[in-house]
Amino acid sequence: MSADFLYGIEVIINGLMSGVLYALVALGFVLIFKASGIFNFAQGVMALFSALTLVGIMEGQVPFAHLINAVFGTSIHNFGWTVPAILAIILTMGVMVIFAWMVQKFLFRHLVGQPHIILFMATIGLAYFLEGVGDLMWGSSIKRLELGLPQGGSLAIENLTSGLGGDDFYGFFIDKLDIVATIVAILLVIMLVAFSQFTKYGRAMRAVADDHQAALSVGISLNFIWVLVWSLAGFVALVAGVMWGAKSGVQFSLSLIALKALPVLMLGGFTSIPGAIVGGLIIGVGEKLFEYLVGPMVGGATENWFAYVLALVFLIFRPQGLLGERIIERV
Amino acid sequence: MNIQATDGYVTEDGRTIGGTVLDLKNITLRFGGLTAINDISFDIRKGEIRAIIGPNGAGKSSMLNVISGFYKPQEGEVWFNGKKRGAVKPYEVARHGVARTFQNIALFEGMSVLDNVMTGRLNLMKASIWQQALWVGKAEKEEIENRQKVEHIIDFLEIQAIRKTPVGRLPYGLKKRVELARALAAEPDLLLLDEPMAGMNVEEKEDMSRFILDVNDEFGTTIALIEHDMGVVMDLSDRVVVMDYGRKIGDGVPDEVRNNPEVIDAYLGVSHD
Repeated sequence: MSADFLYGIEVIINGLMSGVLYALVALGFVLIFKASGIFNFAQGVMALFSALTLVGIMEGQVPFAHLINAVFGTSIHNFGWTVPAILAIILTMGVMVIFAWMVQKFLFRHLVGQPHIILFMATIGLAYFLEGVGDLMWGSSIKRLELGLPQGGSLAIENLTSGLGGDDFYGFFIDKLDIVATIVAILLVIMLVAFSQFTKYGRAMRAVADDHQAALSVGISLNFIWVLVWSLAGFVALVAGVMWGAKSGVQFSLSLIALKALPVLMLGGFTSIPGAIVGGLIIGVGEKLFEYLVGPMVGGATENWFAYVLALVFLIFRPQGLLGERIIERV
Repeated sequence: MNIQATDGYVTEDGRTIGGTVLDLKNITLRFGGLTAINDISFDIRKGEIRAIIGPNGAGKSSMLNVISGFYKPQEGEVWFNGKKRGAVKPYEVARHGVARTFQNIALFEGMSVLDNVMTGRLNLMKASIWQQALWVGKAEKEEIENRQKVEHIIDFLEIQAIRKTPVGRLPYGLKKRVELARALAAEPDLLLLDEPMAGMNVEEKEDMSRFILDVNDEFGTTIALIEHDMGVVMDLSDRVVVMDYGRKIGDGVPDEVRNNPEVIDAYLGVSHD
């Protein structure tokens, strides 16, 4: 096998792994969109906010420290303890559930039955509000997320594969963190699918996604299901926030990963969980492979736009996405 | 026959009807200036098949929506199982034992027949969200038990062959039957059927009539139904309420109602001036 060919394979593997992370973000969108028809622009900021909260809790930061100090003239910043990662993750999840409840109680409850564009605008407002709250609670500095996840290239894989392509080929370089992220994402997807297919609440979730009136008639509280769905989206956001945060630090640019989810959704369809995954993988592999093969000819930096162009092409030929529900209009 | 006693009666075919399940007292429902229901009172007894009939726009569906909690009447009281109903949401009414079907069919189109019918039992499953999520405790046992009950209902309504089919692919008549199955799965104290035979051919109507009678017979379910087809109503029901322009113009056993001059006028289209 030639070294070039093997490098191509390495690019594909790395593409698949970054695709998994895109899929993770897109999944949060799909959950909420399916159940309530809301395209949640705040999904990326939720990932940022949950990662900020996780770091803040782990490091024993006092929430709203700046505000408290400004009002009371005190100078407190830390509780002086650190919290173990597992406990901090559980506490963060609690915060995300409270957030879900508040979003439903104070925002979307009052917007039931409004046109989609109004709901969408509300999530844009929510996104910037949440970003502000995150800033106020935990400060705006870049934070490192130290969960003890393995990092750096996997030597084992590198050594195992180093002889394959002759002397020019040093073996596959694959980041350990990417491997962990892939495993976590796969587990998360299996859990979500099992929950929605085989449990009472999953069935209720699908019922609400399908028909509100019918759901009410069998005794499902729409409000409760929406809080549940936003909590699940919060959980997905937390996982995405942790993975991206561990990779590149917890900073405000984290919220921009939501923009990466857009082409994934256009490709996979807004209503399909498998679609989000397949879409994420195609975008991940596509943009890495395109950069590797075509990038050098056009001066590189194709990763910035390739995903969107691919999504546009898809929109023209299959507007409902790869696995989305077919759009049928009866006249 | 005089049916004013509060403690039930015996029907012509020998079934014993129990006490009052639902009691509507002076219900008035308005939409802005339009009075959809005007001061109507009637009751539904345990084990009975009660029909609400009337010409188009008489307010029958509004009545059903009041009973199932989808509409809130401006005036009047709803008494269910001996308790006065306060301000409740439709899903709470469902949880208290009122199941219903819809005139235009409201099913979960993307889900299989089996899953649709299973949603009917959501409120009979008690495992907490944590037990459900982690699949521990009574979650699994409960799922199996409820699944058996649902299979029984599916057999009873003769829809075994389409158990796994997504509802969206089914023809109209079968959808109506699946909707009935879902409502029945909730083991309701009161089952509301909004035009169960609308849009059906003669054969399908006969099937549906048979199922309604069988359900009442086998499970002892109390049924209130709305229907246009006078012939069907007279054959099916124990007692009939007749509505016209939001008012009640007749109430009694089918023969009584059939000979009521006001009812005859409403159906033959005598001028309302």
